[in-house]
Amino acid sequence: MTSLVWVVAVAAVAAYLVAAGQRPWPVARTASWLAGVGCAVAALTVPAAGHSGGSAHPDLRAHMAAHLLLGMVAPVFLALARPVTLTLRALPVTAARRVGRLLRTPPVRVLTDPVVATAVNVAGLWLLYGTGLLTAVLHSPSLHLLVSGHVLLTGWLATTAVLALEPTAHRRGVVVRAVALAGGMAAHDVLAKTLYAFPPAGVTGAEAGARLMYDGGTVVHLVVAGLLWRQWYRSRASVRAAALA
Amino acid sequence: MQRGQPAAVSTPRDVPAGRRRVLLSGLLLGAGAAGAVDEIVFHQLLHWHHFYDRASGAAGLVSDGLLHAATWSATVAGLALLADVRRRGTWSPATWWGAVLLGAGAFQTWDGLVHHKLLRLHQVRYGVDLTGYDVLWTGAGLLVGLAGVLLVLRGRRA
Repeated sequence: MTSLVWVVAVAAVAAYLVAAGQRPWPVARTASWLAGVGCAVAALTVPAAGHSGGSAHPDLRAHMAAHLLLGMVAPVFLALARPVTLTLRALPVTAARRVGRLLRTPPVRVLTDPVVATAVNVAGLWLLYGTGLLTAVLHSPSLHLLVSGHVLLTGWLATTAVLALEPTAHRRGVVVRAVALAGGMAAHDVLAKTLYAFPPAGVTGAEAGARLMYDGGTVVHLVVAGLLWRQWYRSRASVRAAALA
Repeated sequence: MQRGQPAAVSTPRDVPAGRRRVLLSGLLLGAGAAGAVDEIVFHQLLHWHHFYDRASGAAGLVSDGLLHAATWSATVAGLALLADVRRRGTWSPATWWGAVLLGAGAFQTWDGLVHHKLLRLHQVRYGVDLTGYDVLWTGAGLLVGLAGVLLVLRGRRA
């Protein structure tokens, strides 16, 4: 399982570096991609991360530390690296057009809406922690890897949609995106408190794990909110409006 | 927020729009700050409130989570709007501070009346007679809110 993680990570880094190396591309985005992949690899391979399988009573705090890294920190770095924009620039024109058309198809448009993307992300978390899925995940390495991939992807999707970082067919205004982010944060908080109040069966350190989820989630959500509003403050429309006021 | 304004923006017609943004910034920051103070002072420092009060059940979990997310999001949005009104030069200290007090007072009053008494989610303090605490908690909210309204009205005349 660990070797699969490494193969995917090395491929992701290599593809990004090759694509970015052929054109002027901000170094910060490349660094962000490396940091994001690094966080994901660390979350999935460090043995203390609570997914060692066999253990009879997995520790929820270790599991939560890994998931915070995988589902929240890594997605922010990966989203800021704008992999879709880079892909569109790196591909030959006809292929890039095809990807562009794909991005405008109804399913992709719906899925990349900030409200929908946030809801998908949160629904996955509720499914994982609100049902028996967590217990199954903690005892099956392959299921854990599958769920981890989902957590990482939906986290990236939600962050990308809220920060409107990639070219999408229509962009939502800052208020809708800020409200979607706040709604996702609220659902995350309620879930963390629910885990605290009603710990899942068969895990240790549930209260500490839930606190970590709550506090860590707050910090990352606030960072994303800060990025969102900074982006609004610097946007051409509000700079122009301010200059004219 | 991102309306493309036409060229002739600095007409008197647009002064209320700038003022609205000052008010909105103050209200958001005031409510957000009151929530943060509540959380930091009463939960973390005094430990009068708890992360989860076993008596309050599901409603407490939901309202706490919602409030936490809403107040922190409001704080960030309020700061961004504050930076924007400073940049636009429509900044008015009396209006802004009035709105901050009004936002904080409204939050405190809402917290005292709806969360503590109506929904009974959690209390100001445990193991003591609550009457004095409740009167202080909600009364402080009303007073701060009233001071906010007076300041905002003074800012309008200025």
